[in-house]
Amino acid sequence: MASYSRRILPCFWKTTKLLTFEDSARRVPCRYHQELLPTRNYLLPETVEEHRKSELSKHPELPPSITSENVPADFRFVYPEFLPDPQYDRRDSIRERLEREDMYRRRAVIDIPEFYVGSIMAVTVSDQYSPNKENRFVGICIDRGGVGLRAFFILRNVVDGQGIEIMYEMYNPTLQSIQVLKLEKRVDDKLYYLRDAPQEYSTFPFDMDPIPVPKGSTVPVNKMKVQLNPRPWLERWERQDLQGVEDLKLEQRFYDKAAKVAKPWEKYDLMKWYRENTNEEERDSIMQEVHQRKRLTDIEKSKRKTKLAERKR
Amino acid sequence: MNFIKCLSTYATGTRSFSTTSCLHEIRKLARMRVVDNSALGKAARLSGKPARVIHVYNKTSVGTVGDKVLVAIKGQKKRAYIVGVKQNQKPNMPKFDTNNIVLIEDNGSPTGTRITVPVPSALRKKGEFSKILSLATRFV
Repeated sequence: MASYSRRILPCFWKTTKLLTFEDSARRVPCRYHQELLPTRNYLLPETVEEHRKSELSKHPELPPSITSENVPADFRFVYPEFLPDPQYDRRDSIRERLEREDMYRRRAVIDIPEFYVGSIMAVTVSDQYSPNKENRFVGICIDRGGVGLRAFFILRNVVDGQGIEIMYEMYNPTLQSIQVLKLEKRVDDKLYYLRDAPQEYSTFPFDMDPIPVPKGSTVPVNKMKVQLNPRPWLERWERQDLQGVEDLKLEQRFYDKAAKVAKPWEKYDLMKWYRENTNEEERDSIMQEVHQRKRLTDIEKSKRKTKLAERKR
Repeated sequence: MNFIKCLSTYATGTRSFSTTSCLHEIRKLARMRVVDNSALGKAARLSGKPARVIHVYNKTSVGTVGDKVLVAIKGQKKRAYIVGVKQNQKPNMPKFDTNNIVLIEDNGSPTGTRITVPVPSALRKKGEFSKILSLATRFV
């Protein structure tokens, strides 16, 4: 911290005289300003450890009877929004717990199914301006993210030759139903490249019938390779390590530049990985909680169903 | 290290432009796609010079869905309503792949007789759009 304030900055815009940071603090151009600030999302390892060990991070009310063996191993991929924020400085265990409570309450009312990026989904939203007071949209999930109550997913479809994307918040109370028409994964985490692909790759009929997945089977991975349109593109796809895209057929200079700006060392950065992820104990305790609450809501739902059936008789 | 890099780029003057992605804002001189079936819109599309915004009738001068714009199209000045934008939208609002407009005459009646692409459902809350929405075939 102390070192950055002693750095010497040249004052380009008036004179060639060298100024210290204190002298020119108010006149630093934007591009240096970012570098002079202490890096965001940086915490001392001691602070991190202290937070991990604090009483606030524990869940005393939860009975410790359920062991992690009961929780399915893929639970954290099915319910990723229950895990803490990947950005460490945005985490707050109390807020996260309160948000999780609200999420369970919402899940008791609406069925939010298991889905992944690449699944084809149908969402019905209440819409006060539509004649039947609801609006249905079908599309492929091109991105999924956010944590807690702010978890979202983006659906993309081509309707009448017009590409349309709609972002939905999973716990938005105006959502009436979420349905997975085809449960599937793709080889990439985000499918934004479909925007630069021919329209047939993101065209799905609205009257599509749901394709059931046999119980107990693993989620199929669609290894389809998409042939992108020629440049210009919305993003530099050659710089993103995309697996689901055919050879881009660019000039060599594009690949050279991509190799130059690539950060291959990031996957070996253990501290970065540590900050963005939760430790196993914390993760398992959250997943145990999710598992337990899910069982309770399932029991309640089945009770409600039998009651309704009895009333109908 | 970065500091040294900054100094070196200043000395050599190599990097002098921003590489931020664009915001897709509809301001003056933005090109728009006419989505009604009017002959004027079709002619503009075929000529390779789509309609160009020359004024946005709101306070911010950045157009969004439902705003009125003045466009230059085939050497004429025409008023139009924005019925779909590329910009990132709030939850439950559709984001389109193109910036869409529907041309209107000076008296407020639409030039075309049909809108060929879906229209955001949220446009229905504004009363002034009834003439345009009656042309729409589909809402999202």
